Amino acid sequence: MVTHTGANAGRVVAGDEPGGNNGGPGAVISVSGLTKQYGEVQAVRGIDFEVTRGETFGFLGPNGAGKTTTIKILCTLANATSGTARVAGHDAATERDSVRRNIGLVFQDTTLDTYLTAAQNLRFHAELYGVPKAAVEPRMRQVMDMVGLWDRKDSLVSTYSGGMQRRLEIARGLLHAPRVLFLDEPTVGLDPQTRSSIWKYINDLKRREDITIFLTTHYMDEAENCDRIAIIDHGQIVAIDTPEALKASVGKDRVQIHTADDTAAIAALADTFGLDAAVHEGAVTFSVASGEQFVPRLFAEFSVPIRSVSVSRPSLDDVFMSYTGTTIRDAEASGTDAMRQMVQRFRAGRR
Amino acid sequence: MATQTTDVTAASAGGGQLVDEIRVAVPEGGLRHDLRAVGIVWRRELIRFRTDRLRAVTSLIQPVLFLFVLGTGLGALAGRSLPPGISFKTFIYPGVLAMSVLFTAIFSAASIVWDREFGFLREILVAPVSRASIVIGKILGGATIATFQGIIFLILAGFADVPYNPVLIITLVGELLLLSFTLTAFGVMMAARIKQFQAFMALTQMLVMPLFFLSGALYPLSGLPAWLSVLTRIDPLTYIVGPMRHAVFNHLTIAAASEQHLSPGITWAGWVVPLGVSLGIVTIMGLGMTAVAIAEFRKTE
Repeated sequence: MVTHTGANAGRVVAGDEPGGNNGGPGAVISVSGLTKQYGEVQAVRGIDFEVTRGETFGFLGPNGAGKTTTIKILCTLANATSGTARVAGHDAATERDSVRRNIGLVFQDTTLDTYLTAAQNLRFHAELYGVPKAAVEPRMRQVMDMVGLWDRKDSLVSTYSGGMQRRLEIARGLLHAPRVLFLDEPTVGLDPQTRSSIWKYINDLKRREDITIFLTTHYMDEAENCDRIAIIDHGQIVAIDTPEALKASVGKDRVQIHTADDTAAIAALADTFGLDAAVHEGAVTFSVASGEQFVPRLFAEFSVPIRSVSVSRPSLDDVFMSYTGTTIRDAEASGTDAMRQMVQRFRAGRR
Repeated sequence: MATQTTDVTAASAGGGQLVDEIRVAVPEGGLRHDLRAVGIVWRRELIRFRTDRLRAVTSLIQPVLFLFVLGTGLGALAGRSLPPGISFKTFIYPGVLAMSVLFTAIFSAASIVWDREFGFLREILVAPVSRASIVIGKILGGATIATFQGIIFLILAGFADVPYNPVLIITLVGELLLLSFTLTAFGVMMAARIKQFQAFMALTQMLVMPLFFLSGALYPLSGLPAWLSVLTRIDPLTYIVGPMRHAVFNHLTIAAASEQHLSPGITWAGWVVPLGVSLGIVTIMGLGMTAVAIAEFRKTE
């Protein structure tokens, strides 16, 4: 039997009055015409979206697509070049402190003081956010229970594993009962087992707190945990919908074949079946309706020797591919993106 | 049995004392909130210092070397021009005391650069508190630690034949606090601009030694060649080393003529700068640099 840790911990009520006067009804985040220019590099090229209260909203895209830049603008850490962003009913550029009071943040890189204990880190946060003194201890216990770290509260953070540090950051981000929790690549650099445990905590959290979650990821499988996804590529939103609707919009199955001669195979696919194929991740890849019925035909009529075949249902990978023309891994491997990523890292380092 | 074990875990984790709704209402800001922020940033500096005993020890090595090794060695030579009863160690003690806080104060600001590289600064910068409270907390924290270092060095005063007079000690501690504040403000101002740890260390190292050597910590300010005389008057450290030496010499039994020679006070074209003005200059510089640091931290990418 599995007992959820801290199952008897109560719901937390956010301090601020809900609802923004601007934006759509129930919109906790509303962004319009947002752009951000770093010198020559245009990191964000005019994006619009809204996130409703209680939603888990994901930004999906390769590294360097503009995800982190957008999050930084929403979190008041960067100024937009143009456009507006409102978070929890406040303007992210002109009402910074009001936005800051209502958001919690978990960054890609750890922002813990590893020379302090976990409890000291949380207490620091509580003081900085002005959490009422009487509420600090019980709330600390509640959030640390939620991520299963209460019994390690007095250990130095430097003795924590990467996964534990990330959990502690999530706990800290929740300490002041924010209305929106921003998670920038919450599971990057963690092993698969730890990644899934982080997701367990996030999903737990959604049930327990009245909170809107905005996250970025470049893991397709993780994006499936979101209520809605925006696919972002080269600083623009190319699609925005629920994971199911996005997958349905693709409709076709993805077939990947390994052949003796890829060039000949691509030509043959075009000639014989009128299919548009390309090499992705080392395999000839194409989309076709009802893939499992197509494969027998392929074997019967295809001239190029085939070594292996795989057929997959539309996944977010395919969604990403159908909207951007490339897989997310290819996009990351491409030179221009690597360059953009470098510029971004450089910027992040300077901040 | 297994069920029971997990239940115990849950019970001890939940505690049962938790109220059903923990109401966390983050306040609208204001002075009280800002003061809490100053307090916690200050306290973090102290916690970090307490866990870093090595730093406390190593930063005392340099002033101890200056006082005892350089002081004794050069004292054999310089002693001849000193009046009887005054050792070279006594003469340089106020200057070396200033030095004991110099490194700690400026380098305490290095933690900002460090925090930036390791991400913790971001945790501070997204908090809904005024940038001023962060900067002030940081400066007060560094100043407290540096003053504490100075007090440890003050304990060694007897070895340099400086009397343990309560008035003298209180005066020196006050002056150390002022000095530490201004130096930390200087460090924080630099750290606001310099984003790389190596660059910060290199630049501050480069500035610290000239500041120290030009302050008159090791020689009297009278009878210097014109170029050195001008440089000493430009060095802000001069305006605190002077008053500190004045305080020490006030509590020594020494002929007025000798005191006039060894602790002549700071002069601008023959005008003796009063102590109050001297300390005022240091205070104003400290406040000015604090203001610059706050302005720097207000900027957003």
